[in-house]
Amino acid sequence: MTTTTNVTQKKKDRPNLNERIADLPLPIKVVLWILFALFLFALPLLNIPFITTPDSDFGGVLFTVSTYVLVALGLNIVVGYAGLLDLGYVGFYAVGAYTVGVLSSQHGSLPWLWCVPVAIAVAMVSGILLGAPTLRVRGDYLAIVTLGFGEIVRLTLVNSQWLGGAQGISNIPRPPGIELFEVPSIDWSTGVPVVDLGTTTTFLKFGISDFIPYYWLALVVIALVLVFDILVKNSRVGRAWEATREDEDAAELMGVPTFRFKLLAFALGAAIGGLSGALFAGKSGFINPQSFELLLSILFLAAVVVGGQGNRWGVILGAIVVSYFPERFREFADFRVLVFGLALMLLAIFRPQGLLPPRRTLRAKRADARQHVLEEGEAGA
Amino acid sequence: MPEPTNPEPVGAEPTTPTPASRPSTPATTPVDEVTEINPDVDIAPEDIGVPVVAEGERLLEVDTVTLRFGGVVALNEVSFHINKGEILGLIGPNGAGKTTCFNVMTGVYQPTSGVVRYLGKPLGKRHKFQITKLGIARTFQNIRLFANMTALENVLVGVDAHHTTGVVTAMFRLPKHRREEEQGRARAMELLEFMGLDGKADELARNLPYGDQRRLEIARALATSPQLLCLDEPAAGFNPAEKVKLMELIRTIRDQGYTVLLIEHDMKLVMGVTDRIVVLEFGRKIAEGSPAEIRDNPAVIAAYLGVDEEDAS
Repeated sequence: MTTTTNVTQKKKDRPNLNERIADLPLPIKVVLWILFALFLFALPLLNIPFITTPDSDFGGVLFTVSTYVLVALGLNIVVGYAGLLDLGYVGFYAVGAYTVGVLSSQHGSLPWLWCVPVAIAVAMVSGILLGAPTLRVRGDYLAIVTLGFGEIVRLTLVNSQWLGGAQGISNIPRPPGIELFEVPSIDWSTGVPVVDLGTTTTFLKFGISDFIPYYWLALVVIALVLVFDILVKNSRVGRAWEATREDEDAAELMGVPTFRFKLLAFALGAAIGGLSGALFAGKSGFINPQSFELLLSILFLAAVVVGGQGNRWGVILGAIVVSYFPERFREFADFRVLVFGLALMLLAIFRPQGLLPPRRTLRAKRADARQHVLEEGEAGA
Repeated sequence: MPEPTNPEPVGAEPTTPTPASRPSTPATTPVDEVTEINPDVDIAPEDIGVPVVAEGERLLEVDTVTLRFGGVVALNEVSFHINKGEILGLIGPNGAGKTTCFNVMTGVYQPTSGVVRYLGKPLGKRHKFQITKLGIARTFQNIRLFANMTALENVLVGVDAHHTTGVVTAMFRLPKHRREEEQGRARAMELLEFMGLDGKADELARNLPYGDQRRLEIARALATSPQLLCLDEPAAGFNPAEKVKLMELIRTIRDQGYTVLLIEHDMKLVMGVTDRIVVLEFGRKIAEGSPAEIRDNPAVIAAYLGVDEEDAS
């Protein structure tokens, strides 16, 4: 008797959305996912008040947000899963973007799509080249070395005329498109949503003024990377990363070749960084070293830490927070950094694990609840 | 108090089982909460391609091993061996070099001179994970679980030692991934069941009670299918009832086909469970023999009582 009331009370105390979603039957979950994906694709056309950025093109903002999300997912493998502090992640982003630039415009004329796999491979190789000697040092030292890497990449870009120097590379070709049909947007100017047939986006034309198709492309890439992330994390590889992060020596003594797995995390993280760099180059058509400042590395890391390192949904949220809010509140541009710093401090005090800390804990919590019920039951009997 | 002056005669039941130098451990669980093991679960080591020696043959041999850290001689020409299928106790006062000896055997340190032979071959300069793959597993004096992973995942990391799934296999969910994952989970659950932890498989390791954490460490080490299981003070922080259970557990593990090397302070536990004992003091081996012989060995008594040792006072 007491047991049941206790349990129901506990349920009432915290109606856990996550748990309730997890309990839904599979078909409903699939439908929910599809609806959510459709919503994400339609987001730039819906022009929802308050969400849409008033001072800058919403499609472009969404694209920026999605590159941050992609970068955060990549960095999460390095920082969140494997526990390697990487302060020079922007270096890989730059390597990806410049590979595309060099091959498609500066020293070649390959189409964008062909450059992307090369960009991923080059970024991955640069990750291995950086990681092989440096992953033998731990913690703070690794942070310093990677910090140096980011700066070396940027300074090389500035000083190498072969790479365009300070002017950078322009005329980078855009992703190939097929112009199929026009998608109308929604107009809210009268207070009620009205379908606006005057403002449309061409599916799928990668032009210079309408950035919505780039955002769609980035969404697809994010989905692919997410699937990859989930599959790899839920395997021996993911466990080896986590064990290394938790206790490197113990992991090694339990048969985990820690160096190899750290290098793997570094290479995969770098590859994803390179991929987002390639996307960025394809969208802007022009890159220069100023696009790859150290501050960007810090922001990427902030996205991961703010969101909750080690939790892929957390770092996505973190990336959105870090990249979207400054765009949304551009009118307070002068205070942006101030507010950002304050927010970080508050976060460090109240949610040191991040907005969404890692929680395999759904299962762990259920085990807890079972244990709780058992104990209560025993006490009652 | 860095130097040990354990006031009890060797073999007597110590009233304070925890020496002063040991890091403080959480309060032990009450007697009635001791997790029961299931000795009937088959946890015999899996065939991992290691040549198996016959019962009673030499499994591991420490041959005149010396280890220096600068001017400090941590191990001084220590020699002993472990036979297949026995429980060997490694005892000695604090700072005698027991854990250092462990570290040499598991590849954490390279001996300054001398050699460690496993299955007749020198261990040499191998990576730690390679030594684990050869069949030597260990637990830690201070619990070193993967705190933010579940109990099951902790054990799975150990099982994974002999798996080869990589990124590509995992990404495309190739048959090897599925096979290894299924086998691994089955084996891990067996081990947890053996330890009486199967009900807590999904709990985070850091949330487990102290005694369960110690048991989980043993399960994780067993998961690597070792020929030789090295336990570094597994009874640290246990109450007498738990220690009795632990002795039972160690014997059961041996009966399932493992060889056990045990570092322990608690004389009663060591005397009760081991087949042979090696005694270290100040990095030297001062005695070796059956529990009865060790009990009556004057050098050992002196070492533990601090008699005849000016620098021990």
